[in-house]
Amino acid sequence: MNQNLYRKRILINRIGISLSMLAMALGLFVLLWILSVLFINGFKALDFNMFFHSTPAPGTEGGGLANAIVGSLMLVGFATLVSTPIGILAGIYLAEYGDTSKTAEITRFMTDIMLSAPSIVLGLFVYAILVAQVKHFSGWAGTIALSLIAIPVVLRTTENMLRLVPGSLREAAFALGAPRWKVATMVTLRAAKAGVVTGVLLALARISGETAPLLFTALNNQFFSLDMNGPMSNLPVVIFQFALSPYDNWVRLAWGGALLITLTVLVLNILARVFFREKISS
Amino acid sequence: MNTSPADSGILADKNPLNFSKEQIMDPSTADSGMLDKRRLQTVKKQRLQDFIFHKVTLSFSLIVLVSLIGLLVSLAMVAWPTFKKFGIEFIWRVEWDIINEEFGAAIAIFGTLASATIAILIAMPLSFGIALFLTETCPTWLRRPLGTAIELLAAVPSIIYGMFGLFIFAPLFAEYGQPALQSTLGQMPLIGPLFGGAMNGIGILAAGLILAFMILPFIAAVMRDVFEIVPPILRESAYGVGCTTWEVVRHIVLPYTQQGVIGGVMLGLGRALGETMAVTFVIGNSQRISASLFSPGSSIASTLANEFGEAADFHLSTLFALGLLLFVITFFVLAAAKILIIRTERAKGLKT
Amino acid sequence: MSDSPQPALKTAIQIRNLNFYYGKFQGLRNINLDIVEHKVTAFIGPSGCGKSTLLRTLNRMYSLYPGQRAEGEINFYGQNILDSSQDLNLLRARIGMVFQKPTPFPMSIYDNIAFGVRLYENLGKGAMDERVEWALTKTALWNEAKDKLNQSGLALSGGQQQRLCIARSVAVKPSVILLDEPTSALDPISTAKIEELVHELKSEYTVAIVTHNMQQAARVSDFTSYMYLGEMVEYGETSRLFIKPQKQATEDYITGRFG
Repeated sequence: MNQNLYRKRILINRIGISLSMLAMALGLFVLLWILSVLFINGFKALDFNMFFHSTPAPGTEGGGLANAIVGSLMLVGFATLVSTPIGILAGIYLAEYGDTSKTAEITRFMTDIMLSAPSIVLGLFVYAILVAQVKHFSGWAGTIALSLIAIPVVLRTTENMLRLVPGSLREAAFALGAPRWKVATMVTLRAAKAGVVTGVLLALARISGETAPLLFTALNNQFFSLDMNGPMSNLPVVIFQFALSPYDNWVRLAWGGALLITLTVLVLNILARVFFREKISS
Repeated sequence: MNTSPADSGILADKNPLNFSKEQIMDPSTADSGMLDKRRLQTVKKQRLQDFIFHKVTLSFSLIVLVSLIGLLVSLAMVAWPTFKKFGIEFIWRVEWDIINEEFGAAIAIFGTLASATIAILIAMPLSFGIALFLTETCPTWLRRPLGTAIELLAAVPSIIYGMFGLFIFAPLFAEYGQPALQSTLGQMPLIGPLFGGAMNGIGILAAGLILAFMILPFIAAVMRDVFEIVPPILRESAYGVGCTTWEVVRHIVLPYTQQGVIGGVMLGLGRALGETMAVTFVIGNSQRISASLFSPGSSIASTLANEFGEAADFHLSTLFALGLLLFVITFFVLAAAKILIIRTERAKGLKT
Repeated sequence: MSDSPQPALKTAIQIRNLNFYYGKFQGLRNINLDIVEHKVTAFIGPSGCGKSTLLRTLNRMYSLYPGQRAEGEINFYGQNILDSSQDLNLLRARIGMVFQKPTPFPMSIYDNIAFGVRLYENLGKGAMDERVEWALTKTALWNEAKDKLNQSGLALSGGQQQRLCIARSVAVKPSVILLDEPTSALDPISTAKIEELVHELKSEYTVAIVTHNMQQAARVSDFTSYMYLGEMVEYGETSRLFIKPQKQATEDYITGRFG
């Protein structure tokens, strides 16, 4: 045996492994750093007033995020209501008829691209077709922009989850003489329920933190408003504007808001995981 | 088969059980169940329901398709005046003068490509290392928590990365990072000028670094997933002939998962190109191109985020033109990622 | 098998010149076969011989998948199953099927059975209850399941799940039941129960069963077909085929000398 060659191989292996551990350590360090900064600054900023007062006017003290929190809830809530049925039904189409249809193939391809396409461009699109036409920003425009981001997530998860359902289960339903729509809705979709819920939760998490498309659609509103037809305050845009402002209390609120949306997103992700695991175990 | 003379004719050949003709019942009179009126009605109803179901799900998937096409068309329509005025030249004009309405996309495209390239160059090896660690060397009990941590961090909203970059990273980078880079890499020939100039923490390099850590968990999660697809048998047989961990990864895992790895990197690139918030906070938002990566610049997305609020008329049209370009660039990157994956898969299919 | 003189045999399904293709690959070659009414017909042969494929042509299950097609004629009480005008849902309600692995639907035990019945019959609550009980009794599951009708079908053991699947098929009152290796995923005790069940079923239903267990074929079937590489090598009464096979290939297979 060639001792030198062997030693060289071992050395390369050690270097490679060490570098990989270093990468892991560096990655973890930076990411933990980011989170700890967020949690420290965020918790410092959190107080009860935040939930009961609206965003302060420039130069005034105090204030809270009540209008932004409610606005975000409404935007994300409506976007979920819009995107869930569209995503699920289109996902069913891709899973049920997708193997033979050209439309399905193109839709799948486009959806995959949309999954990672820049969200800011979606904001431009909604601005062009809605905001520019009615000549004012609105909560509905924000809802549409967020829905466009959520739909591909729901669609592709639904399709994938439906395809994970064992073929024998579908066949068993067909074997009883069930028509296709009953097989799809009462058997396949039911069996994939947990997975589909996971998809919806992931989509929710994704749009909860979205900022860019809201800049051109819902914009912001300094006052508390439940009017989806007018500009609507929301956490991400408030964070964006306040973080870049010269006022200390605004920056503080931005950290508080950042903590809120991050916690929301993390909780949604963990929920999605729990749902998915339950599915695997059953 | 035992054919007796009694079973003559065609039936004999087709009647392996050798029944006599009388034993085979006349099929036309038996079992009227299939023709039962009520059932036929049910069948009719079901056919209609299936038809409706097909059309309904189809139309929802068409909604998705049409809205994507509508996206391109509407962007192009609003962007049209810009391209009409500057022509295709708009893409490489180095000019962004709002007052005199002289616009070009080159500055923003440069900023976008430069920051995304830096991000990929840093994130790719790091996420490879992380994926390698998680699949090969990590103790089993740590795999799940570390993996979950990476996945959760991929979900942290990008605006958080932006705030971190602006408030925490940039000051430290100006004080320690940039001087260190300038005194080392900045002294080298050729690449030296990249690390010259004022050191104020924000700029294209800072944006690239923040982007790198934003897409890092994303790429690492994809790579880990594809590494785990490698059949244990393949891995074990390589270890069985005495390969080191590094060699197994280099010669077995990487070639086997090539398409997935490339796909993951390309998807990360797509994210980096279109990312708005993480970049806008730290890129400096200045409309110029400079040799130094330390100097502030702007990306397409950051220009949109910053200027959209005050833009009107023609300026607005140029922003849409930028948005269209961004969409086209990312579209091609993402489409290339997908096509590459499909092609590699096909090539693999042919080999085996 | 009874020793008494057999009553006149009737054919439920006549298969004539059946060829089957998966894309370009030919899965079945020129199959000719009569499946006898109210008897159990078994299909044996090594894996990949086409026995499951043959079963799946009988209820057109293959039509779910593009690229699979059958040629020839399968005559089912006067109707050609392979006709393109054949309504598949109705056909499948008449020819039930049970699969290799238990496939309880993600719903309650009661609904598992009622699902198929509701497709073609409009039964009241009482009549439906009766039908569920009847089907579960028929498959010897009633005593085990009557107290948990509202629980998920997944809560049952593997053998019980498979009997639930058979009950589900029976409840629709088909005239033929196809069993595709129904016991291959089960333990010996559950297997024995299913085999017993198959025996019971043939008084009212025509049964076709695919199995790779020769003893099982010998135990439960009246007729057996040995298939190899997509062709039907030999077909005849089970008692004869196992004792005195006419082809060398069949003998090799059933005596274990095969391969």
